[in-house]
Amino acid sequence: MKFLRPNLPVYASSLEIAWYFIFRAICVAIFIFLLAPVLVIIPLSFNAESFFSFTSGMLKLDPAAYSLKWYRDIFTNGMAAPEAPFSLAWLADSWARSQWMLALKNSVIVGIFATLLATTLGTLAAVGLSRPDMPFRGPIMGMLISPMIVPIVITATGMFFFFSKIGLAQTYTGLIMAHALLGTPFVVITVTATLTSFDRSLIRAAANLGANPLTAFFKVQMPLIMPGVISGGLFAFVTSFDEVVVVLFLAEPEQRTIPRQMWSGLREQVSPTILAVATILVILSFILLSSLEISRRRLEKMKLEPSA
Amino acid sequence: MSLAIDQNALTARLAKAERRGKIRAFLLVAPLLAFVLLSFVIPIANLVTQAFYGDLVSSNMPKTTAELATWNGTMPVPESLCESFVTEFKAAKVKDAALPTRIATLVNREFSGSLSKLRPVANNELSAPYCGALAKLNDEWTKPEIWNAIKIVSPSVSPRFFGSIRPETEENKIHLALFGRTLYVAAAVTLFCALLGFPIGFLLAHLPARTSNLLMIIVLLPFWTSLLVRTTAWIALLQQNGVINDTLVALGLIADDQRPVMMYNMFATFVAMTHVLLPFMILPLYSVMTGIKPNFVRAARSLGATPFTAFWRVYFPLTIPGLGAGCLLVFILAIGYYITPALVGGQSGQLISNIIAFHMQKTLNWPLASAIGTLLLAGVLLLYWLYNRLVGIEKMKFA
Repeated sequence: MKFLRPNLPVYASSLEIAWYFIFRAICVAIFIFLLAPVLVIIPLSFNAESFFSFTSGMLKLDPAAYSLKWYRDIFTNGMAAPEAPFSLAWLADSWARSQWMLALKNSVIVGIFATLLATTLGTLAAVGLSRPDMPFRGPIMGMLISPMIVPIVITATGMFFFFSKIGLAQTYTGLIMAHALLGTPFVVITVTATLTSFDRSLIRAAANLGANPLTAFFKVQMPLIMPGVISGGLFAFVTSFDEVVVVLFLAEPEQRTIPRQMWSGLREQVSPTILAVATILVILSFILLSSLEISRRRLEKMKLEPSA
Repeated sequence: MSLAIDQNALTARLAKAERRGKIRAFLLVAPLLAFVLLSFVIPIANLVTQAFYGDLVSSNMPKTTAELATWNGTMPVPESLCESFVTEFKAAKVKDAALPTRIATLVNREFSGSLSKLRPVANNELSAPYCGALAKLNDEWTKPEIWNAIKIVSPSVSPRFFGSIRPETEENKIHLALFGRTLYVAAAVTLFCALLGFPIGFLLAHLPARTSNLLMIIVLLPFWTSLLVRTTAWIALLQQNGVINDTLVALGLIADDQRPVMMYNMFATFVAMTHVLLPFMILPLYSVMTGIKPNFVRAARSLGATPFTAFWRVYFPLTIPGLGAGCLLVFILAIGYYITPALVGGQSGQLISNIIAFHMQKTLNWPLASAIGTLLLAGVLLLYWLYNRLVGIEKMKFA
């Protein structure tokens, strides 16, 4: 393995070579600390018993110790007739009544609308903030980023008081507004960062060629900052999809999202179903991260090509 | 002459164009600004006023409030005060049967035991002289404590809710202790993150790009994974019959009946919070370390520095901006942490955010929750201002 072969200069002392290996060992240990908790839940979710740990059967790789029953439970928990044979009616029953399906529907609805709202408002604001003639940039930027910094309990408490007053508590509108708010700082930051490398003379060139400001924005600026907008939007969606405190304070039981369902699962009846859901979420975030990484590499290639 | 006029006109037109540009830029930001104001700034401001403002007593018992404001604390209380208190308290019951209990609960928080003295006032027939009638109901009405408690809760605007954080009773001591514990946990988690994040940042910054991009995924995967998922994972690992304990027993390192308690305590809070916040330390460290030229360390070495001296005197000082940014960010995020301590912390691992949620949802003492929240908010905003001054919020990056 190249990773472990010391590429130290020939004059390195034996102490330095020893330190080289000790340092690598420390780093490997920290990587294990980072990654192991995320990975360990994957095999655990196939447990045939309702434990949060490996059974002796699992360690002996006995097929009987593994099962998909917790994955089945995601679909059947809350169903009217979970034992019925698999059919369209079974699927319809699961879709309509399963606790996790309900949570999934809520998460997706709230997540999509919150993302649309956050991305639109955040991108517009970032375009304004990166114009050279923007007044009060510092204080305004500070205020727009603050929802990310202020402890979530304080935000949720404030919203609970205020939204109750104006009739937005326990409504989807209120929930979507709250989640959009928490997502906007990410959109503002990523789009602003993309805009710093944007060449403003391109807009002037477009205007010179007869484009009005709107055309210049949509035809010239927008395509170039699109990667920033997309990753900002992804951040906003992940923020909403992972949010539980605002849901705890603002939503009624019928509006529970996936994290909210996991929360009550962890507090009330700990069952490995949560591990199955967690495994699905880990795989989803891995796919998300990989696609981000691939698009980033493609973008870098795109940037390199014209100059080459 | 005409040239001067043209110049003036030109300056005016330029100023006008500049103003238009400013307005245009501002209009782009305005929708988000309005949205943040409505859904964030106003609710938070509302929360802060909740910590100072409560008109339950002053709006329902205005005469009593006015008389108590002039009362100097000496006994016996004037008959006029007794009269307005009794009549207004009874009138409150007519208005809304639950009002006397709500007022009594408020007074009870200042002077415990008041609940049972106030309730009979609303429920019994009393006649003039009212001071004497009150004394007959309960001996306490001849003493200043209960009147003082009513005086404390009567003004609509006062910092009285912050008083609940003063460590005078056993019940209140917990709030001050929790602030202390939160600062301690946040500082310790920041230190752990710095200790673990520094080697990783160093390794990633000095490996070939291909390898470091691959390893970066290991750092980012937990970062992109749901917080609830990571917390679930720690529960599976750390609990009494969890993976770590089972492994230790299987290896024969500990006896089956002597499994260490690693879950639902401070230890679990430490471990899980460090795991969750570590990427926030690694990312700024990494971006600063990739910018440090290897020439500096090479120059130090060729001038005779030992590897350690070259690292400590040359390399390390150059990483301070990244280290500072990471530490400040981790500390800010740690002092407001709620979910992880609530799920893995048990009793001893709770932080200040948890007590806010506790007062919001369980004791329903909303003004107290607001007061604690206001103090926490003030601390976080101060640190945020500091972060903005030292690092700059535009420099924050996540991928």
